[in-house]
Amino acid sequence: MEVNHTKSQINFTRNSLFEQGYLDEQFTQLEDLQDDANPNFVEEVVTLFFSDSTRLIRNVDTALENYPLDFCKLDDYMHQFMGSSSSIGAKKVKQECTQFQECCKARNAEGCIRAFQRVKQEHATLKRKLETYFQVSL
Amino acid sequence: MMPSSSGGSWKSSGAGAGDGGVPDQFPAGLRVLVVDDDPTCLMILEKMLRHCNYEVTKCNRAEVALSFLRENKNGFDVVISDVHMPDMDGFKLLEHIGLEMDLPVIMMSADDSKSVVMKGVTHGACDYLIKPVRIEALRNIWQHVVRKRKHEWKDFEPSASADEQKPPEEPDYSSSANEGHNWKSTKRRKDEEDEADERDDPSSLKKPRVVWSVELHQQFVAAVNQLGIDKAVPKKILERMNVPGLTRENVASHLQTFLPHNSKNLVQKYRLYLRRLSGSPLPGGMNVGFMGGPDAGYGSMSSLNGLDLQALSASGQLGQLPPQSLATLQAVALGRSNNSKSAIHVPVIDQRNIFSVENPKSRYSEVQSQHLNNSSKQINLLPGIPTNMEPKHFVSLQQSGQHSFGSMNHQILIQMGGQSQSQTQSQNQVQSNTNAHHGLRQPVLSNDMLTRGGVVDVSTSVYNPVVSVSQASSLVDFSMNHKTDSSGSSYPLGGSLGIPNVRATSSALQGDGNLDTKVSGRRIVPSYDVFNDLNQNREWGLQDVGLTFDQSPHLIQVGLDASSPLLLQHNHSSVSEMGGQNRNLASGKVIFSPGVEARTHHNGSNVGQQRNTYVKPESDTDGSFHNTLYSELYGQDDLLVAIMKQQQQGVGQPENEFGFDGYALDDLPV
Repeated sequence: MEVNHTKSQINFTRNSLFEQGYLDEQFTQLEDLQDDANPNFVEEVVTLFFSDSTRLIRNVDTALENYPLDFCKLDDYMHQFMGSSSSIGAKKVKQECTQFQECCKARNAEGCIRAFQRVKQEHATLKRKLETYFQVSL
Repeated sequence: MMPSSSGGSWKSSGAGAGDGGVPDQFPAGLRVLVVDDDPTCLMILEKMLRHCNYEVTKCNRAEVALSFLRENKNGFDVVISDVHMPDMDGFKLLEHIGLEMDLPVIMMSADDSKSVVMKGVTHGACDYLIKPVRIEALRNIWQHVVRKRKHEWKDFEPSASADEQKPPEEPDYSSSANEGHNWKSTKRRKDEEDEADERDDPSSLKKPRVVWSVELHQQFVAAVNQLGIDKAVPKKILERMNVPGLTRENVASHLQTFLPHNSKNLVQKYRLYLRRLSGSPLPGGMNVGFMGGPDAGYGSMSSLNGLDLQALSASGQLGQLPPQSLATLQAVALGRSNNSKSAIHVPVIDQRNIFSVENPKSRYSEVQSQHLNNSSKQINLLPGIPTNMEPKHFVSLQQSGQHSFGSMNHQILIQMGGQSQSQTQSQNQVQSNTNAHHGLRQPVLSNDMLTRGGVVDVSTSVYNPVVSVSQASSLVDFSMNHKTDSSGSSYPLGGSLGIPNVRATSSALQGDGNLDTKVSGRRIVPSYDVFNDLNQNREWGLQDVGLTFDQSPHLIQVGLDASSPLLLQHNHSSVSEMGGQNRNLASGKVIFSPGVEARTHHNGSNVGQQRNTYVKPESDTDGSFHNTLYSELYGQDDLLVAIMKQQQQGVGQPENEFGFDGYALDDLPV
């Protein structure tokens, strides 16, 4: 059911995402790209990101099940993940990706697995929050 | 989004226009091909580019992108590609595009590690953007297109060849102010007469462009390597390649345009360039080759320069170039004939420059690193003024690391070769020192070079910065600096190539003789010659300058650093020294005083001195690479002189401009 949120409420939600570190300045860039021709641009991009990143997550999960771990491949996946997360401004997700990459470099299998868990958590959290945000703002 | 037809018209109109012929709506309608396997990024980039009013085609596979490009030969102006892609490495794609289509390619990646960025540079990317890409970074990508075009245009400009793709060497030479004709005689002495011959023949200008496929190129590279850098002349390369239908000219042109990532090739190119400068009628021919290479993409460099300039400007050194000066400079750079514009006064010895040289140097390094890390910062210091800070320049910088000076010098040399070998040297030096400086100095050089016919390119990366910087930034800088100069002292960038610089440089040169000792090895022998020639030629007005080419090596050095571009030109040797080491600056200060005094004596006495000292190119501290280059250069003293003479004729040196007397060297704080 759609609740008619006021503008200030929408802004509040949005701002809190920034303040809590879920989103960074790149997200603003996306918002700036939104115009009358593409009124739902941000949502479209975010949706695309989540569907694509889900695929990536699956790939990483699979790779993490194969021992010994192929750190190069994992690092590569994470590089991709980081690229797209950063392009939508997913700050926390990006940070966790960096952690993961550190573990890959250190060839720390345990660390990688744990780091990836966190990546997935942040990913899911952001997804939830953004979905909520889009529901109220659009 | 403009339809492709408009894009095409943008291109053609651009080509037709004088200066770079960019239509008013430029860069709107710029046709961009974006390649990235990440759909999110691709979507965002597309939107951003559309917001910049560019025409965007997106593609998520490199192979598809290549086929797009192959099918629409002239359908795109610039390519933006991700580095990590599943089906093909971004660098490989970059190579393919560089070889086959010679379009500017911008790389992007979330990876900002220096090694990867370096790889981009060495593979010829004209810029490197770090993800996440901001729209601001995309707004400026048109500069790479213009830059590349300008290089091509410069080549043809005089000859008005419509073929932008034509082999660089030919159009440049024939088109550039007919100055090359005079060089023919000197050219005969060159070893590569065969190459020169190719260049001389105007009918060869419109050679059909050979598509250098990767395989063909690999054969080419193998042949070059087999022969060895020094011996890799087109004729022999052709023989070794044994490719039916390939002509020596194709090979020679490829040699020019292909900018090898390794220094060896650079040396080779420089060598060729120098030869060409000395003897071939095509002053700029070589240049085109260099610049036109895939390396054209060193946007970073430009930013570097831009940064430098900014730094300099900020520091108030460059400050006050009047807009018209800048425009003049640019025009000059573009090969316009407005050389005599006094607007471009590049005070050879800008007091500020001299002393500020030290700073720029450090700044330069910073800028470099900044640049590397901040690819998206390719700022065009001079908006609208494409800086030729091509990747080449950048590359050279990279190659030599801190030795960029050396490489730069080389490049400059090469470029200058056309104009004045000394100039290049100085440029190199200047370049390395700081872009800021270079900017100042360069203008002189670049202008000349440009007018010469695209000489600029020769030095590829090194040169570019010098040249371009000079043109844009340097010019600006110069103008800024020089604003305060008396009109007399202004350096006519256009025509006088080096004369103004000569002044500064001449003094430097003068000192060069003495400087030799100082020069760390960059000695740009040619510069001596140039100076000598300059000094000797009254027309050059060097005398007026009174820079006195005395032995005050210091003087020259200082002057060199300060006015780096200028100095470079004239005093290759001095410049090299200077460039290589900002330290000279420090000493420069001291030097100046002597120089000032020397002013009175200029002409003649100094000249002799310089010559001797310069001729030792090899001490290049940067490495053998430089040495090789220099040695070749230096052997061309006569040529330099001849060239200088030519320049004089061609540029119509503004004698009055050399009124260095008005330059008030005396005012230089000592």
